Amino acid sequence: MSAGEKDGSVDRINGIKSTLRVVPDFPKPGILFLDITTLLLDPKAFKDTIDLFVERYKQRDISVVAGIEARGFMFGPAIALAIGAKFVPLRKPKKLPGEVISEKYVLEYGTDCLEMHLGAVEPGERALVVDDLVATGGTLCAAMNLLERAGAVVVECACVIEVPELKGRERLRLHGKPLYVLIESRFEPTSC
Amino acid sequence: MSAGENGDSAGRINGIKSALRVIPNFPKPGIMFQDITTLLLDPKAFKDTIDLFVERYKHETISVIAGIEARGFIFGPPIALAIGAKFVPLRKPKKLPGEVISEKYILEYGSDCLEMHVGAVESGDRALIVDDLIATGGTLCAAMNLLERAGAEVVECACVIEVPELKGRERLRSHGKPLYVLVESQFVPSS
Repeated sequence: MSAGEKDGSVDRINGIKSTLRVVPDFPKPGILFLDITTLLLDPKAFKDTIDLFVERYKQRDISVVAGIEARGFMFGPAIALAIGAKFVPLRKPKKLPGEVISEKYVLEYGTDCLEMHLGAVEPGERALVVDDLVATGGTLCAAMNLLERAGAVVVECACVIEVPELKGRERLRLHGKPLYVLIESRFEPTSC
Repeated sequence: MSAGENGDSAGRINGIKSALRVIPNFPKPGIMFQDITTLLLDPKAFKDTIDLFVERYKHETISVIAGIEARGFIFGPPIALAIGAKFVPLRKPKKLPGEVISEKYILEYGSDCLEMHVGAVESGDRALIVDDLIATGGTLCAAMNLLERAGAEVVECACVIEVPELKGRERLRSHGKPLYVLVESQFVPSS
């Protein structure tokens, strides 16, 4: 499901979309990088982004918002604060102090790993996973695995942007979980 | 200046302090790591943390909150949203796409580098820098340099925790800037 299907959301979505920028050939040639930092420079658009997520989740009994390092940290905490949920950072290896659980996942070339604190999440908790963007869905699946290994129920994954060609939505569907995004990517590079 | 000097702040500060935990020997032996993740697991304490910063800055005409990667990204955006300011992430090298300015700074062994997008900040912007903790002040000074090179005025640096022995406050004072923190670091490992 994407936002924009209710009255009042459409204008906010258009405003948010207009603040995003595409940076070509980053981090390597051929990649059109979708940059959310210009959204963060627009207080109204940033507030609208958070409000759209909060409106969707505030009555869903979400007790945990898990944010993926590092851009998930820019959106997750504000959502958690507004809905009264805990915020749990999911981090690259060796960043979290103390006892962690780790989930390895496969990249195009090689593997990576996501970690969560032991005890951050309890069995039966209802969790939302937040990141700025979903591409292949590999990182989101690793995040969901961490939360489920700790006994939580993942209610949904929420991102600002989806890159449909990379089929993250289908990958999450295989995992049995829905995806909610505000915007689908476009590929025309825009000037800032 | 530290928080806690108002009657009603003291209760909130105590709640925040009790939500923090200390992890001994992380990331290396001898370091007592001040962990804020347990604060984030306590919705009231996390909200109080943000509220205390917002109450201090909402009438200061701050137009930019700059947050230092990565734990500054957890506290900075909610403050920015509440006071209507821009949020600018200050990142390790090669993370920000597009044109950046870089500031190198010295660590105990070696050096590191902080980057900011060109054009994120304009001349005349009034900026607050946010991180979870201040130790020596080296990273905060690099952050201040980035903002000042872009023409902004740094109003203050704000952290949840200060480690006084590492003299970050003095280092910021040498840069001419004040520091505001909510709590000082603790030494007792909590379970």
